[in-house]
Amino acid sequence: MPAAPPLYNNMAYMRAKERMYKWVFTILAFASLFFLVGIVIVLFKEGTPIFKEVGFLKFIFGRKWYPTHDPADFGILPLILGSLWVTVGASLVCIPLGVGSALYLHEIAGFKQRQFLKPVIELLASIPSVVYGFFGLVVLTPFLQKAFNLPTGMTALNASLILGFMATPTVCSIAEDALSYVPRSFREASFAVGANRWQTLTQVVIPAAGSGISTGIILGLSRAIGETMTVLMVAGGAAVIPGSFLEPVRPMTSAIAAEMGEAPMGGSHYHALFAIALILFIITFVFNIIAEIISRRFRVKLGLSG
Amino acid sequence: MKRLGMLALIGILGLGLAIPCYAEKVVLAGSTTVLPIAQKTAVVFMDENPKADISVRGGGSSVGIAALIDGTCDIADASRPIKDTEIQKAAANGRDPVAHIVAMDGIAVVVNRSNSIFKLSKKQARDIFTGKVSDWSQLGGSPGKIVVVSRDTSSGTFEAFGELVMKGEKVMPGALMQASNQAVAQIIAQTPQAIGYVGLGFMSGELKPVEIDGVMPSRETVLSGEYPVTRPLFMYSNGKPQGITKEYLDFVKSKKGQELVETQGYVGLK
Repeated sequence: MPAAPPLYNNMAYMRAKERMYKWVFTILAFASLFFLVGIVIVLFKEGTPIFKEVGFLKFIFGRKWYPTHDPADFGILPLILGSLWVTVGASLVCIPLGVGSALYLHEIAGFKQRQFLKPVIELLASIPSVVYGFFGLVVLTPFLQKAFNLPTGMTALNASLILGFMATPTVCSIAEDALSYVPRSFREASFAVGANRWQTLTQVVIPAAGSGISTGIILGLSRAIGETMTVLMVAGGAAVIPGSFLEPVRPMTSAIAAEMGEAPMGGSHYHALFAIALILFIITFVFNIIAEIISRRFRVKLGLSG
Repeated sequence: MKRLGMLALIGILGLGLAIPCYAEKVVLAGSTTVLPIAQKTAVVFMDENPKADISVRGGGSSVGIAALIDGTCDIADASRPIKDTEIQKAAANGRDPVAHIVAMDGIAVVVNRSNSIFKLSKKQARDIFTGKVSDWSQLGGSPGKIVVVSRDTSSGTFEAFGELVMKGEKVMPGALMQASNQAVAQIIAQTPQAIGYVGLGFMSGELKPVEIDGVMPSRETVLSGEYPVTRPLFMYSNGKPQGITKEYLDFVKSKKGQELVETQGYVGLK
């Protein structure tokens, strides 16, 4: 094979190469947008037929979920409430744990402790959710059953605890970043007017980083509400409107995961599951928009950028 | 370099064309209950017939039958008989599903080993699963809330149980709906007050089966038809089976095939 002529000094070649790279990366960047649009289109196309069949309000506020019974009931209120309950429960776990550990890492921990703790907390995020679920099923379920003297340990509480642990690393690392963005001058000014460390933390640093911390919390919660495997394994899967945290629930994600495999394609059940996915998508989408708005406000407040 | 790549490409294409000449492909899809039978018999059948190339997928009874109707599989595994609506769809597509009973399966109603209840009538079982009876003391057991465990609404086991025991009534909404036989078994083994149902193939020492209408679920009572919660397991072919599909189905129904069925925990027909 003849050797390629030495083109490297050729300006035209260089420019062509540059243009090619530009195109490659542009396409890569737009690929995710392309996928997002594709997913939204499919969700709407496959989900909306059920609204026509059952009626939108009846679908959202219906209290009975009997998708395969004849005649079928497609009411997803128990599933929506199931998702909300475990998410609220998870927030009670991940907010104190995540924000608390971020404050410790940033304010109290020495260099060595931070070098050790931060990777450990981030490692929590890399454990597959099925492992969390298995832990919940084998360890937490019998424990809760005995501790609260319940008929079954597969409850909203169980799912909340596990989801809370899973969301903690997200909350912690974003909150820590937010704390480190607080300009040093803020702190120094506070010390200069005679505030002690506690006063500086609670009245200057936390308010300044507040919106960043809230962003972390919201992103952590949107992970919790979308989590599937864990809740499928530990939440119990009963499609009832939960009366307390000690009762089993059936979050939206686990209903989709458990039923999609056997729902005949193109049938009402199939469309109903897509409609649940659509509603779930809208909820997480709203979460993410709120997070974005808050974090933008935070940047403006600190004068970092527009 | 270019020539080498061309050669490789021709080679790959050639292989791709050559394989179908030597192997006849049969695709099975459907019920997860029938899956162990399909897998085991397919492996042994392929050992004996190197020409056959059988691939087995799960997905559930409805998915399997839908695939048969669409022509994306050759045999549909099903743990329930085909529905009228499905027969109509098949006819509209020019397909003609033919049933082959390949095994019998009993659905055992199971409780935790610590439970003192050892027998229930079909009606009592129904009342438990609909939620009419909610405490073990109402059935003569030690007091405690009954934890009802059921399979997910789309499983073939759920449908068979619904037809044989529930008689079309709804399982209570508070029941723990589980995605697999193993998950049901796990909860029953862990939870003293639980009751659920699993295919006979999933019985183990950690579960306690309950007599239904005075009959204990077992190989013998299922085969004789005495045990009331019994169902046939099907494989559906399109029209009269031919070629390798016929050979495979004959193998499953043969004495050897039925022995394999028994090794998987189901009840053979012979």
